[in-house]
Amino acid sequence: MMEEAKIGVFVCRCGTNIGGYLDVPALVNYSKGLPNVVCAQENLYTCSEAGLNEIKEAIIDHQLNRVIVASCTPRTHEPLFRNTCKEAGLNPYLFEFVNIRDQCSWVHMHETEKATEKAKDLIRMGVARAKLLEPQEEIEVDVVPSALVIGGGIAGMTCALSLADRGFEVTLVEREEKLGGMLRKLYKLYSAQTDASQLIEAKIGEIEKHRNIEVLTSATVTEVKGFYGNYDVTIRQERKNVPFRVGVIVVAIGAEEFKPVGMYGYDGIQIVTQLELEEMLKEDRVKAHSIVMIQCVGARDEKRSYCAKVCCTTALNNAMIISERNPKAQIFMLYRDLQTYGTIYEDLYKKAREKGIIFVKYSPQNPPIVDKGMVKVFDEFLGEELRLPYELVVLSTPMVAHPDSGELAKILKVPIDEYGFFLEAHVKLRPLDFATDGVYVCGSAHWPVTVDESIVQGYGAASRASIPMSRRRVVSEPIVSFVDEESCIGCGLCEMICPFKAIQIEETPKGKIAQTIVASCKGCGTCGAACPQKAITMRHFKDEQMLAEIVALMERK
Amino acid sequence: MSDQESFEPHILGFLCNWCSYAGADLAGVSRFQYPTNLRVIRVMCSGRVDPALVLDALIWGIDGIVILGCHPGDCHYLTGNYYTERRMRTLQTVLDMIGVKPERLIVDWVSASEGERFANLIGDFTEKIVELGPLTDDLPPEELRTRLLAARDALSQQRMRWLVNREKELLEKGDVFGEQVDEAEFHEVKFEALAREYEKNRILHSISDQVLSVQEIAKTTAIPPREVLKNLIAMEQKGLVTVSRIDGVNPKYRRLGGGESL
Repeated sequence: MMEEAKIGVFVCRCGTNIGGYLDVPALVNYSKGLPNVVCAQENLYTCSEAGLNEIKEAIIDHQLNRVIVASCTPRTHEPLFRNTCKEAGLNPYLFEFVNIRDQCSWVHMHETEKATEKAKDLIRMGVARAKLLEPQEEIEVDVVPSALVIGGGIAGMTCALSLADRGFEVTLVEREEKLGGMLRKLYKLYSAQTDASQLIEAKIGEIEKHRNIEVLTSATVTEVKGFYGNYDVTIRQERKNVPFRVGVIVVAIGAEEFKPVGMYGYDGIQIVTQLELEEMLKEDRVKAHSIVMIQCVGARDEKRSYCAKVCCTTALNNAMIISERNPKAQIFMLYRDLQTYGTIYEDLYKKAREKGIIFVKYSPQNPPIVDKGMVKVFDEFLGEELRLPYELVVLSTPMVAHPDSGELAKILKVPIDEYGFFLEAHVKLRPLDFATDGVYVCGSAHWPVTVDESIVQGYGAASRASIPMSRRRVVSEPIVSFVDEESCIGCGLCEMICPFKAIQIEETPKGKIAQTIVASCKGCGTCGAACPQKAITMRHFKDEQMLAEIVALMERK
Repeated sequence: MSDQESFEPHILGFLCNWCSYAGADLAGVSRFQYPTNLRVIRVMCSGRVDPALVLDALIWGIDGIVILGCHPGDCHYLTGNYYTERRMRTLQTVLDMIGVKPERLIVDWVSASEGERFANLIGDFTEKIVELGPLTDDLPPEELRTRLLAARDALSQQRMRWLVNREKELLEKGDVFGEQVDEAEFHEVKFEALAREYEKNRILHSISDQVLSVQEIAKTTAIPPREVLKNLIAMEQKGLVTVSRIDGVNPKYRRLGGGESL
C-alpha cells in the first residue's frame, strides 16, 4: 500500500508572465486548501537556482512525496524539475507539471479573474493526478558512439568534422554526387570575400583525410527505426540499401533558392536570381553596364511572410563586386526595407552608397514593373515613377525549405513549420535539438542563415550531439505499457495494432500472454486504449490518473 | 435552451504531447487569445484516449470534448492518430444513437507550428458548445447518465473493442483471407452490434439499483418488451441478472454483481 500523499505546490510567477495576469497569491492560498497538500508557495522564477533550492528544502522539511510546479510547460521544464526532485531523493516520476503560462496566462491576458479560476481548476486536477502517481524505474540504454549527419553542405560538413575530431564515428550522407551543397553555387562569401570554392575544397580535403568519417554521396535516408542512442538507419545509394546503426542523428539538409517563375519576367538569362548572378560572376560572364536588382521577390508576402535575412547583404556584396570590376556600371537596388543586420553588414551598405549604388525604396502595394529593357518603379521618397533602363535584372529571392524536408521529417518523426523548415525543441532553451531525443538540426534546414552562421550551428549541433555519445548511456522514459498477466487473455489485439512490434504474445506456463518489449515500446498507449480486457496499463498515463483529473475538475460543480 | 449569456461550458481537451500540446503552447508563446473554458489533459499520443474514458468525462458533466493529435502521416508513433480517428467516429455515432449531440465531441489535428489554428479551433468549438447549451439540454439528467453509462459499458465490451480496433486493418488490408471488407457493410455490422450491446447494457443499468419487471424495464428504456425479455433470458444464462421475486405472475429482475463503477 502506498503511503499517504504529501504534496507540495510551487506556483511560479515567471516574472510578470504569469504574475502579471493571474492572481498568484490566490492560487497559493487555494492550493493550501486542497486535499493532501502540505505546503504551497510562490516563486518569482521556480526554475531559478533559488526556486529549485526551495523545492529541495521543502521536500526535506515537509517530507514531501509529491511535487507540483504550476508554471510554463512540461515540454521545456519538466526534465529540470524532475531532476531537482531526484537530487532531493524523490523519484522524478512523483513530479507533476501544471501548465498555467503557455496554456493559461498567455492566452487569457485580459481575463485575470476567469484565468485565475482556470488555473485553480488545473492545479486541482494536478493534485488529484499527483496523488495517484507512482514511482518509475528509469530505463538506461547504451548509446552507439557514432553519428549520422544528413546533408553535406557547409553546416553538415562542419558538424561531421567536429564530431569526428572528438573521436566519434560519423557517416555523412549527401544526396548529390559531391559534397558542398549550396556553397557550390556561391561565389565570394562576405564579409572576408573568401572564395566559396576554396572553402569547399578545404573542408572536403579535411573530411577525406579523416578516418572517422565515412562519406556516402548520391545517397538518401529512406528509413530510421529504433530509439534514442540506437537508431537503425537505412540509406539508399545507387539502388542498394545500406543499413547501419548510429546513436545520434543531425539534420543539415539546408535550403534552396526560390525560383521566381512567372515573376518580373524571370527568364534565367537577362532576368536572373542572385544565385544565378553568382554563377555568372564566378565565370566572369557579367557584361552588363546597367543593372537593376529587385529585393524581396517572393518574400515577405502573403505566401511567404518571412524575411530570409541573407538576401539584402548578398545583393549588396554582389553589387560591390560588379562595381569593383566595372566602375562604370550603373547599379540600382530596389528594396522595401534594407536588412543589413549587425556591424559588418551595415558597413557594407555604407560602402555601397559611397560607391554610387543607388537605392530606391518601393512599396509592396506598388511593386516595380519589368518591361522590355526598362524597369518602372514608383520611388517612395521622391513620390514619382522612375524609368530605369537595364541590361540585366537581378531578383533577390528568399531561401525556401529543401523539397526533401517533409519526407525526412516523417522518417525522423520531427516537426517542420508551415514553410517546411525544421522546428527545434525550444527556440531559446534547445535551439539545435529536436523534441525527439538524439536528433539535432543545424544550418538553413532550420531557417535561412549565412555561411558563417551555418558553421557556428554546425559546431553547436556537434557539441549537443556528442553529449549522449560521451556519456555512453542515456536514460529513456519509463513511460511504457505494462500487461497485467492475470487479466490478459492473449487475444493478440495489442500485438496487431502496435506500430513498433513492442508488445508480443508469448507462450508462458500460464498460457498465451502479451508481453511488453520495454526497449522498443515508445509509450503511445494505443494498445492500452484498445485492450478488450483492459489488461494493459500505460505507466504514468493510467486510466485512473486521467479519470481522477476529470473527477477533480467536475465533482464540486 | 438555457441562457447563452451565462452559460460557461466545461470543455475538456485531450492533447497529444508531440503536436497538438506543442501547438497549444505555441498559441501561448504567440499570445493568441482564446476562451478560458478549456481544460487540458496531456497524453503522449491521441491514441491513448479510450472512448470509454471520453464517455466517463461526459458522465461527469463535461459539455464538450476535443481530441487533438498530429496530422495524418505525422504521428510521432506512426499510426496512433488513425486509430483515434476511427474510434472517435464510432463514438460519435454512439452519441448520436443515444441522443447526445455528436458535435459535442470533435477530433482534429493540430501541428506543433499551428498555434493560431489551435486558438481558432478552441474558439470555434467553445462557441459551438455555447450554442448547443449544457449537456443536460440533450436529455434529462437521470436518463442522460444511464444512457452514457450503458454506452460506456457497451464500448468496454470485448466484442466491441475488437470491432472498433480491428476496423483500420480490416478496411485497409482486408481480412485474414486477404479479402477486402466492404466499408459500408462493415459499418452496418458494427453499428448493429453496438446497438445490441448498448441495449443490453441499458437494460442492465435500469435494474442495477432497483427490481423491475419486463414491462417496467420496457417502459423506462423504451425497448420493446419482446427484446427486453430476449436480452434478460440471455443475460440470466450468463449470470448477469436474476429473478429477484415474482409479483403475481410477473417476475422481477435485478442485476447481479457489477453495477455502478464510478
